[in-house]
Formats: sequence, structure tokens, C-alpha cells
Amino acid sequence: MFSLTLAETAAALRKRQFSASELTETYLAAVEALNPRLNAFITPTPELAREQAAAADRALAAGEAGPLAGIPLGIKDLFCTKGVRTTAASRILAPFVPPYESTVTEHLRRDGAVFLGKTNLDEFAMGSSNITSAFGPVTNPWTRPSDAAPLVPGGSSGGSAAAVAARLALGATATDTGGSIRQPASFCGVAGIKPTYGRCSRWGIVAFASSLDQAGPLARTVEDCALLLNSMAGFDPKDSTSADRQVPDFAAASRRGVKGLRIGVPREYQSDGMPPEIAALWQQGLSWLREAGATLHDVSLPHTKYGLATYYIVAPAEASANLARYDGVRFGARVEGEDLDSMYENTRGAGFGAEVKRRVLIGTYVLSAGYYDAYYLRAQKVRALILRDFLDVFRDVDALLTPTAPSAAFAQGERMDDPVKMYLNDVFTVPANMAGIPGLSVPAGLDARGLPLGLQVLGKPFDEETVLAVGAAVEKAAGFAALPSLRAGEARP
Amino acid sequence: MTYFIDGATGPWEVVIGLEVHAQVISRAKLFSGAATAFGAEPNTQVSFIDAAFPGMLPVPNRECIAQAVRTGLGLNARINLASHFDRKNYFYPDLPPGYQISQFTRPIVGKGTIEIELADGSERAIGVTRLHLEQDAGKSLHDQHPSKSYIDLNRAGVALMEIVSDPDLRSPEEAGAYLRKLRSILRYLGTCDGNMEEGSLRADVNVSVRHPGEAEYRTRCEVKNVNSVRFVMQAIEAEAKRQVAVWEANETVEQETRLFDSAMGVTRSMRSKEDAHDYRYFPEPDLPPLVLDPAWVEKLRQGLPELPDARRERFLRDFGLSPYDASVLVAERATAEYFEAVAKGRDAKQAANWITGELFAHLNRSGQGIEESPISAAALGRMLDLIADGTINGKIAKQVFEAMAGSGAGPDAIIAERGLRQVTDEGAIEAAVAKVLAANPDKVGEYRAGKDKLFGFFVGQVMREMKGKGNPALVNEALRRQL
Repeated sequence: MFSLTLAETAAALRKRQFSASELTETYLAAVEALNPRLNAFITPTPELAREQAAAADRALAAGEAGPLAGIPLGIKDLFCTKGVRTTAASRILAPFVPPYESTVTEHLRRDGAVFLGKTNLDEFAMGSSNITSAFGPVTNPWTRPSDAAPLVPGGSSGGSAAAVAARLALGATATDTGGSIRQPASFCGVAGIKPTYGRCSRWGIVAFASSLDQAGPLARTVEDCALLLNSMAGFDPKDSTSADRQVPDFAAASRRGVKGLRIGVPREYQSDGMPPEIAALWQQGLSWLREAGATLHDVSLPHTKYGLATYYIVAPAEASANLARYDGVRFGARVEGEDLDSMYENTRGAGFGAEVKRRVLIGTYVLSAGYYDAYYLRAQKVRALILRDFLDVFRDVDALLTPTAPSAAFAQGERMDDPVKMYLNDVFTVPANMAGIPGLSVPAGLDARGLPLGLQVLGKPFDEETVLAVGAAVEKAAGFAALPSLRAGEARP
Repeated sequence: MTYFIDGATGPWEVVIGLEVHAQVISRAKLFSGAATAFGAEPNTQVSFIDAAFPGMLPVPNRECIAQAVRTGLGLNARINLASHFDRKNYFYPDLPPGYQISQFTRPIVGKGTIEIELADGSERAIGVTRLHLEQDAGKSLHDQHPSKSYIDLNRAGVALMEIVSDPDLRSPEEAGAYLRKLRSILRYLGTCDGNMEEGSLRADVNVSVRHPGEAEYRTRCEVKNVNSVRFVMQAIEAEAKRQVAVWEANETVEQETRLFDSAMGVTRSMRSKEDAHDYRYFPEPDLPPLVLDPAWVEKLRQGLPELPDARRERFLRDFGLSPYDASVLVAERATAEYFEAVAKGRDAKQAANWITGELFAHLNRSGQGIEESPISAAALGRMLDLIADGTINGKIAKQVFEAMAGSGAGPDAIIAERGLRQVTDEGAIEAAVAKVLAANPDKVGEYRAGKDKLFGFFVGQVMREMKGKGNPALVNEALRRQL
């Protein structure tokens, strides 16, 4: 059963080759066996999963099954789930059980999905290595054959990516504010897409940076991502920033092919510091697309180089306001104090980890009187220029191909001393968030040490279809079949 | 009419600007579907959005936006077809998200004007700087527990309009007139109930002083949250006098926020400029810019009711009222409608006199509004008809009016029951005149000797003899004849 993709599993369930309950038990057993080593799930939900699987079996028997009936998923613990603890991997929300269901997970429930549990992440989705979780780091199921050092899965959706890579789930929800879907996808050898800002509702997702946050799926294949996105996406009147647009058939789009497509190669992504094997893989990816019938075009995105710097102004600024509500007054953890201010200080001092505090401080600083114009306002202007760069090149090309991340997965403990070095992980992914455009990461190969590397496809606003088609073409050409060390030796589709 | 404060160094001019917070009339809050009724049990009108639960998002309430636009149109103000919301950040337990959604750089309504009328009949146009929409905070209850504060979030998220005036006001009277006029316009529009006791209308008063002829404004102080027209006027006078004393002591007025102590009639410092919050405003990323369709705004304009200024013009033109009476009668929409119902087809000045005189006096005594008046417009109108057709005279009418106010009965029933019908029988009048003249032979002599003033005395005596019911014209006629 583990060797089947989500699409294949859905077909097998319809043919009654096995039941949703059998499938769920198999996955639950895997979670039980491997989660102690990976820490991919903060809160497994076996009872909920069994109920949902039983309901899926009834629906399948009655011929009324939704498109995802019986499909076992991991849910990033940033999505509020009714009656199921939702922590955002923070101590401050450790006791929080939402009385409501996020729109995205509601869509998945509507379509019959089975929730295996809430997956680990960087605290409030702030991080690129899943090191900042108050519930402990996630371990990447991949290891370097040369040493046994536990590797990071990337972040912030590290638990979701590790769970999918280790075959503890067929797919998972994730969110991406600066690369939190694509970078862990690359580190864990799975596919993931951040759709256009506004494609998925943010209602019920614990907010990090409102103008950048976007939900999307992680799965083993591009087509699986498309199937999940078909369910997750859609207009939601409860989110004023969600887009009132029809959801196209993403799965069909992923099978379109790339014949005649114009693929842009942004020269600003070619840095001297890029590891040669990543540069080589990128060239390989471009060759695959050309061989599949696409044409290649050099393009320029002159403001991309400011992306990371401006991202680390905009995202913390919004976060500093979004996280003000965690004050111990109405929900979550409270640490009493002698007076109101000391209660605030004690609660937030004990409730937030170091990275969250750092970003709240940065955000508060850049919004302060006298600094606002120099930082926040200027960053917003640069942001508009970054979007204009993309819209300009998308007049000439249909999609862009770049590396996803500047490196493969690194070991836990590496790069932890300097936050700015950690921030550099997002250098290739952040511009898509700043511009709100869709971006996808697809596993394309292994580095010399046997670790997966992803390539990133960027597309026009609301043209996820082309992004998926290009991603699927790279995936097909790459024929990426390696399995993480943890699962080595098993069959891979 | 110029208002100055006399100081040791000469007269001081007072410069005043008002920031009025007006609660929008709407069933639901600005960004959530929770109800807004006043006086509900604590924390019964709170959605997860109002309580700022994780992942909750604001969705603008169309009716609140419409109310702000109507108000802007009613203030002859520019409607900004594109505006946006900002976050104003500060920590307080009754502000659940840790920020208030407000409009900072681009408000929904720009410059407008309010015409005010003063007691001496003069009129002035006061500039409105802007109107913006924002959320109200909840309420902290500090008196429910010895060591804890309780929070009531019913009000959290209710829509407010902040209406800011230019620093155009120059006296407490003008400030009072501005506030009353603004309140009147809001109530006509149905966009705010104007109830200052319940806090649906609150004013922050900015005051500074300067010598007449000075080109620049001096430092101003803001007196926060004054909750009646009278207190606004008192607070201005108290604060202006305080500032005059400070300047004249060769000290400097510091910019600060103050509170008005109405019991002592003084303002007190609340926080200085140094302690002022840094609100760290930035555009609300959960909401796209607010873009209004010009056709929708036009539709709202078409739907506006007649406003006090237009109605006043009409009353002056159609009813020939004095400017003062017209202003008084249009101030409240209900009063204006009452007046129109009474005046229709009758002597409008007489109607105005009865309403602004007897009726207002009665309602003031009983503490009732005109909507609760025991005398309906129809009943008062009928009474005026009975005066006009001679059934009762003006004097008796006052008795009838009092009886109507007391019992709620109609004028015909009261006149019949109490036998108040005017006596027009000439025989009875002649007899009463003869009796009075016979009883006062000396006065008759004086009158006939040229003391004309005594005529009024005889009228009074005859009316008393007839228990007030004599037809005044016939009584005069009979007296002239017999004298």
C-alpha cells in the first residue's frame, strides 16, 4: 500500500482493492512506529482518523465518495481543527483547542480525507529547519550515508514534509510565507506547491504574516499535489483576501505537458556562491524541459536581490501585530503576574521561543515612529517593484525554472549560530511570496552525498495550471525514485 | 459675538477642535456578524473574530460602510472612493487582537462642513477635516472584584465613525452648537442615535489659546471622552482658563491628554506627550483597499432624508417662522415632524408658539421626549382649530392644554366635560358688564375722567365674572358700549 501514490490509492479505494479503514490502520501503524524517531507529528489523531476512514468506507460503498475519500493526510498544526488541539508549535498555544475548523481543512473533510494528526512545524511557522518548534525538532527521514547525523527537514512545514517523505501520510497540508512549503519539499525529496496568494482561504490558519501566508499541499508527486490543491482551494467570503475565482482542474493541468511553453531562466538566481551540483541540476532541469518541447529564455528580475531583505521587514512587521493577541487573557497559556503588564510579560516571555521573540522585536522596531518610512514603507515599495519584475517577464515567458534552495538538507545544529545565515535558506523562495505568485518545488535529483534536491517552478498569478504542468514534466524526466534512508529498499512508484 | 477670556495681559482667544466618536447604527459589528444591541448581558455579543481567536479574519460589514458614506454625504463632505484600513497597535485587555482596525492615512470621508446657528442669530460654517471608520474596544470593569478586572467584549468591534473638525471653533457656545448640530444631522440620517449617556456619542476636545491677531496656534491639549454637550462647554472654559493662567505665569503649556472632572469643573492631566503611545500604524494586511462604486454612492445620496438645514430653509420659506423658532423646531426630526403635522393647514406661527412654549415646558417637566408626548399632533391641531372657530379663547385653551397633558384626553371631550365652551351670548355678556360697572362706581368715574388704562381692569373683572369663558372681542365691545 505504501508504494501507491495518492492518485493510485484513490483509484484502488474506488475499486475496493482495500478499504479506507485498512489503509488508515496501515498508516496509523507507520506513524506509531516511526514518529518517535522523526517527531513529524505533534498530535496524532488516530481516533479521528478511524472515524473518518469508517465514514469514507460507507461513502465509497454507497457510491457517494468525495474525491479524497479515505486518503490519509497530515495536517500542519497551524490549521485550526475543531476539537483537536492546535498549537502552532508554540508553548503559548499548547492548551488551545479551537472550537472551529479552518476553511482549508473543512474542504478536505468535505471531500472525504482522513486526518492522521497534526504535524510539527517551526514555532508560528517562523523558521527554515523546524528547529524552533516548542515540541522539539523534526528529523529528516533522509541521512547522509557518510555520517548518521540527524538532518533538518527544512521549515517551517518540516513535519508535513518529513511525514510525506517517510510515508507516514499520503499528503499533508502546509503553509508558505517565505518558502515554508517549497524548501522542506526540496530537503525531503517530495513535491509541494504554494499557490497564488488568495487561492486558498487563510480563515482558521494561525496567522504569521497576513499578506504573505498561503496554504498549499505537500505530496509525493506533482499530480498528488494537484489533487489536494483542487480540494483545498476556493473562494471564501470569510477571508477578504481570498480570490473569487473558479478552481480549475489542477490534476488535468498537471498532465498537459510543456510543448511550446516558454521557460524563463532568471539570471539573478545565478550566484557565484551557488554549489556546483545545484547549478548543474538546474541546467539539467532546463535541458529536460527543452527536450520535452519547451523553449528557454534568459530573463532578468532586477529587484529579486532585495527580496530577502524586504521580506525580513514585511513579515516580522505583520507578525508583530498578528502575535499581539497571544496575551494570556482569553485563550492559550497564561503566566500570572502582579499586575497587568507583568502578566503580559510573564505570559509572552514564557510562551514564545527565541526566534518568535526576535521577529516580534524586529517587526515592532521597523514599524516604530521614525523608522516606519525608512523600513516598512520602503520595503512595500520594493515589493511592488518585485511584482512588476515578474509581471514584466511573464509577458515573454510562461513560467520560470530555478533551484528551490541554495543547499540540500543540513544537520541539526549546523547554521544555528547565526539567524541571518538561516534566513538565507529562503533566498530563492521569498520573491514568490513577495509577489504573491505561485511556486512549486519538485524533487529533481540527489547531491553527491545522496540527499534530495528540488527545482522550483514559478508562474503567473492564478496560473497554477502551467506551474503544475512544468513541474510534472521535470518530475517525469528526473524519474526521481530514491527513497529516504528510513524507507530504503521499499518500492517507489 | 466674540468670546474672549480676559487675562492680566489682555484678552485671549480660544481655539477649539472636536473629535467626535459616533457609534454607527447597524445590527452587526464592523468586521463580524455579532450583534450590537446596548445593555445585553456581558460577553453575549462576541464572535471569535471580536475575541481575536487564532486564524480569525475581519470581513467589512457593508451596512457600516454605507452608514459612513451617508454621514459623509450629510456633512457635504468628499467621499473617498478609495480608502484603506490600518492597524493601530497597543496592548490592553479590552482590545483582544492587540490592535484596533482604523483608518489612518486614507479615511473614507474627507473635507466637509457643518453650519451652526448661534443664539444671537448669527451663523458660521465649521470645517470637518475627515471622517473615518474604526472599531470600538471592549469595556474593562474594575469594580466587580477586589483584585481582578473583568472584561466585557460586547462593544469590542462595534463600528465607530470618528468625525474630526477643523480648529474653527472659538467659544464654548460654538462648540456646543457644533456638537448639537452634528448630533442632529446624525439622527436625521439614522447613522448614529446620538445618545451621549449610553456613550454612542463621545467627544475629545482640543483646546489652545492665543492673543487675538496671533498668526500661529499655540500648544493644544486634548480633553478626552467628554460625554455631554454641557460638559464639553464647561471643559473648554476650564481648560482655556487653565492655559491662560499657565501662559500668564510665564510658563509653557505642554501638549498632553487631559480628563475633565465635571464635579470639580477642572481638567486633570492623564498622560504627557512623552508617555504617548507609539501606535505603529500600518496598512491592515487582512483587508484589501476599500473601493466604492460611484453608482452605489449615488444611490445612497438619492436615499438621504431631508436634513436639518434644508428643513429649516423650508420652514422659514413656507411657514414664515423666525430663524430661532425654525432652528429649534428642526433640531430633532421627531419635533419637526410633529410641528409639520400641527401646522398643516393652520396658523404656523401659532402652532410654533404652542409647541416651543407650552408643549416643550410640559415635556421638560415630565422628562419626556416628543415621541412620548401625551398630546398628539392631531389633538394639538384640533385644539388650535377650536381656538380659531371661537369655541374657546386663548386663555381657556391653556386650561384645556393642561387637562390634555394630564389625562391624554382630546380637547372636545375636555371642553364638553368641563363646560369650557366660550360664551358668545351677548345678553349674558351685557349682564356681566353691567354687574361689574355697578360694583365699581369710583373706577368708572376715573375712567370716564380720562384714565384709559383702566379698560384692562374692567376686561379682567368681566372675564373673572364669566369664569374666563367670555368671548374677548364681544366683552370688549360691550364694555366700550356701556362705558
